[in-house]
Amino acid sequence: MHNDKKPVLEVKSLAKNFGGLRALNDVDMYILPKEIVALIGPNGAGKTTFFNCVTGIYVPTEGEVWAGREGQELKKINGIAPHTITSFGLARTFQNIRLFSSMTVLENVMIGRHTRTHAGIISAVIRDKKSRIEEQETIDRAYTLLQEVGLEKHWNEEACNLPYGAQRKLEIARALATDPFLLFLDEPAAGMNPHETVELKELVLRLRDKFNLSILLIEHDMGMVMSLSDRIYVMEYGTRIAYGTPEEVRHDPQVIRAYLGEEENA
Amino acid sequence: MDWQYFLEILFSGFTRGSIYALIALGYTMVYGIIELINFAHGEIYMIGAFTAFIVAGILGTMGFPVSAILIIAALVAVLWCVAYGYTLEKVAYKPLRGQSRLAPLISAIGMSIFLQNYVQLAQTAEFLRFPIRMPRIEFLSVFGGILRSSDFVILVTSAVIMTALSLFIRYTKLGKAMRATAQNRKMAMLLGIDADKIISLTFIIGSGLAALGGTLIATHTMQVGFGIGFMAGMKAFTAAVLGGIGSIPGAMLGGLVLGIAESLTTGYFSGDYEDVLAFALLALILIFRPSGILGKAKVQKV
Amino acid sequence: MFLTPKRIFRSVLISIWFMVLVFPIMGIRIVRRVPEYYLDRVLAVGVVIFFLSLLWAWYFEVYKERGETKGIFSKIGTTCSEFSQKITNEESIQRKIVLVTLLFFVAFPLFSSMYQTTIFSLAFLYVMLALGLNIVVGIAGQLVLGYAAFYAIGAYSYALINQFFGLGFWICLPIAGIITIFAGLLLAFPVLRLRGDYLAIVTLGFGEIVRLLLINWSSFTRGSQGISNIPRPGFFGIELSPAETTMYIYYLCLLAAILTIIIVARLKNSRIGLALQALREDEIAGEAMGIDLRKTKLAAFALGSCWAGFAGVLFAARNSYINPTSFTFMDSAMILSMVVLGGMGSIVGVTLAALVLAIMPEYLRAFSEYRMLIFGLLMVAMMIFRPQGIIPPAKRKYYPTALENAEKK
Repeated sequence: MHNDKKPVLEVKSLAKNFGGLRALNDVDMYILPKEIVALIGPNGAGKTTFFNCVTGIYVPTEGEVWAGREGQELKKINGIAPHTITSFGLARTFQNIRLFSSMTVLENVMIGRHTRTHAGIISAVIRDKKSRIEEQETIDRAYTLLQEVGLEKHWNEEACNLPYGAQRKLEIARALATDPFLLFLDEPAAGMNPHETVELKELVLRLRDKFNLSILLIEHDMGMVMSLSDRIYVMEYGTRIAYGTPEEVRHDPQVIRAYLGEEENA
Repeated sequence: MDWQYFLEILFSGFTRGSIYALIALGYTMVYGIIELINFAHGEIYMIGAFTAFIVAGILGTMGFPVSAILIIAALVAVLWCVAYGYTLEKVAYKPLRGQSRLAPLISAIGMSIFLQNYVQLAQTAEFLRFPIRMPRIEFLSVFGGILRSSDFVILVTSAVIMTALSLFIRYTKLGKAMRATAQNRKMAMLLGIDADKIISLTFIIGSGLAALGGTLIATHTMQVGFGIGFMAGMKAFTAAVLGGIGSIPGAMLGGLVLGIAESLTTGYFSGDYEDVLAFALLALILIFRPSGILGKAKVQKV
Repeated sequence: MFLTPKRIFRSVLISIWFMVLVFPIMGIRIVRRVPEYYLDRVLAVGVVIFFLSLLWAWYFEVYKERGETKGIFSKIGTTCSEFSQKITNEESIQRKIVLVTLLFFVAFPLFSSMYQTTIFSLAFLYVMLALGLNIVVGIAGQLVLGYAAFYAIGAYSYALINQFFGLGFWICLPIAGIITIFAGLLLAFPVLRLRGDYLAIVTLGFGEIVRLLLINWSSFTRGSQGISNIPRPGFFGIELSPAETTMYIYYLCLLAAILTIIIVARLKNSRIGLALQALREDEIAGEAMGIDLRKTKLAAFALGSCWAGFAGVLFAARNSYINPTSFTFMDSAMILSMVVLGGMGSIVGVTLAALVLAIMPEYLRAFSEYRMLIFGLLMVAMMIFRPQGIIPPAKRKYYPTALENAEKK
């Protein structure tokens, strides 16, 4: 089904019920190494629910999620706690920005290093050399990531004081701090102006190359989706209705009817 | 099995339960609208009991008939507690809207401590004996002493009040506005409902019910003290959670279930652990079924 | 012009409203079935409320409108925040202040009476308690209302182990610590997922259950009679005179308080401390960033309860007598108000607040009676006017190597 490469993420007939409501129904998906895949669909199509199921915030009702770094065996990760999934190498941002708002920008990114560091209570109290070195490494690494996304000037400000676009970038930096191989971006361009969106696109491409990332993004900005992604999945009413290259999806009659068509009429 | 004893215990459970239900309604309504545990609610109940005590004390020296004293005392207590509840909301909670969840909670705890000490300092730290006894109701003698007249009055009053409240919430315009605000405050405001007014109304109704409960319990246990609000408040809150917080029939049901459970433990085991039972029950429900008997589970939006 | 006739009229109305409100409770007392009237008290309330309502109106309608950077209040506020920043981050200032206060407290028993020494040793215990609660409430953002229960468990652990097994203070201290950690975990496990307000009420219930058990399980705990003849801590086997014992306990408590300050400050800035703060801000985002919610919260509860346990052991040893009345909800509330007043999460603020609030009632006897009344009111006022506390938590300074290098160039 997929070329010669082995995928880093494979989702098999994922489903999620909320009470009587079926929010996700039989969704399949795979992502190859270093691929940028977009997940699109009208509001309420179940895209964020899909994210939440894959990253462990919701436990899926049915189906399986397999993931693994490039060149390694895939592991089943559905039903595992979110923090374990993160330490396994999947990281995400949130649609309605969820920063640690009263902490500084640097601290926000430092939190992302949590799973990659080890200092416990005892070493916090005695502050031995090892833990001090680890702490300085965390600080430096966080600062470097801020440089990557262009926020280093704001490093000592409170996160809630950042402008909107910068907050989105901070979420990306924070997610990167967890050393992921798979990055989930939930509407990263929402609320950004066209100029910022172009910047963001370049940023995503650069980060992909630099950190060897596979990226799955939910996005409503069609220009960005079409030019950025290698493949696109389209959802409606919790079901996958089409997938393929941007070209294929653009001409898929079902997609035109369900989604793009609506937009043209509007 | 001793049926007489069992029925006595059962009715005493009903009596207690109705009082819990009256107070629990205040918790549940406030929680339904602004998602705040109004820790000071128990103190409103205590102030109600104290006000009734003071009014009864004054009228008692003037030679009013007993039933008139009781009715006037209850009315004054309700009136004053309504004012307390209204003021409480305006001073301690309204300025905090939009702040983190911890802020109104701490403010509520502060208010509870303040009111308790306010009454203790202004009145007394000792328990006071309620000056008048509920008059005997003759026809109750057919039950052979199972049902005391104060039990009877409590049961009837709370049944009437709770029915009236249910009808009010269900059919009047204000009641509908309250339900709408509880479901979705923003939407309700967009539709032209004055949320501030509805919140005030909720505090007013809740405080009135608590004051009534306070008066009734004072005539039943025959004593008042500045500390009674804490325990009663905790138990009523347990009742509200038991029934499903935010649900009005739930509060009534929860109150009765808790009252009867307590009564049975006291009657057949020992009264020492009656309070422990309530707290343990509260912890267990919150942990295993936080939505209570009649409440609905909420899905957290991410 | 602030004092418009309209505003004055409104304040008069508010003051009348409050006079009516407090009239039955404050204006009338029934003493032996005879009503006594105290209209002076009601009138006093009216006058006070009149001025307070003007102040309130001024604050919300003038002061806040003008923006918060100007004016005397914000100046005081900023000064307090800066003090907190300086003492936390600037080592030269920190060293000076620490040295002076340390000298004062070390020398204190030498120039003061035994009575004052005992009061101060109790104040140090409150520093421990408040900082311990600060881990849970201030840093981790979990509102725990039954904190005195852990204090009680620590105190009773020592008293009972000593009664039944004859073990001394120094052996009981770690044992009691472990017991309270277990109690903390016992409470924490089931409540991990509870939302803030539910957690508050469950912990309140826990506190009451512990207190009721202490009262009612009299065959084991001696009920409300309490336990007496609890031995003082040993001092290398040397017998001490009462005055010496008092001093010895004072220094023990001082040492314990200092250790607490150091440890809690370090914890707050550590990897675990950051994770706790992150969970306080947003649990879901914290978990998505790889923080183990269960483990981290359990750690917070364990640490917090452990501190109350140690304080409890010291308390039992200091008083040599304990009973359940020292561990009521009001005690929990008092410790909480120290945390709230000082500034949730602020080490400097909470330490100062604990010292002041514990010592003040002893010296201002008139204040002592109104203590809880004022604490309650302060909690409300703090939430309205300065929710971050009098001395808000300091932001830690970080030194990214890249930035340092750039500055050197």
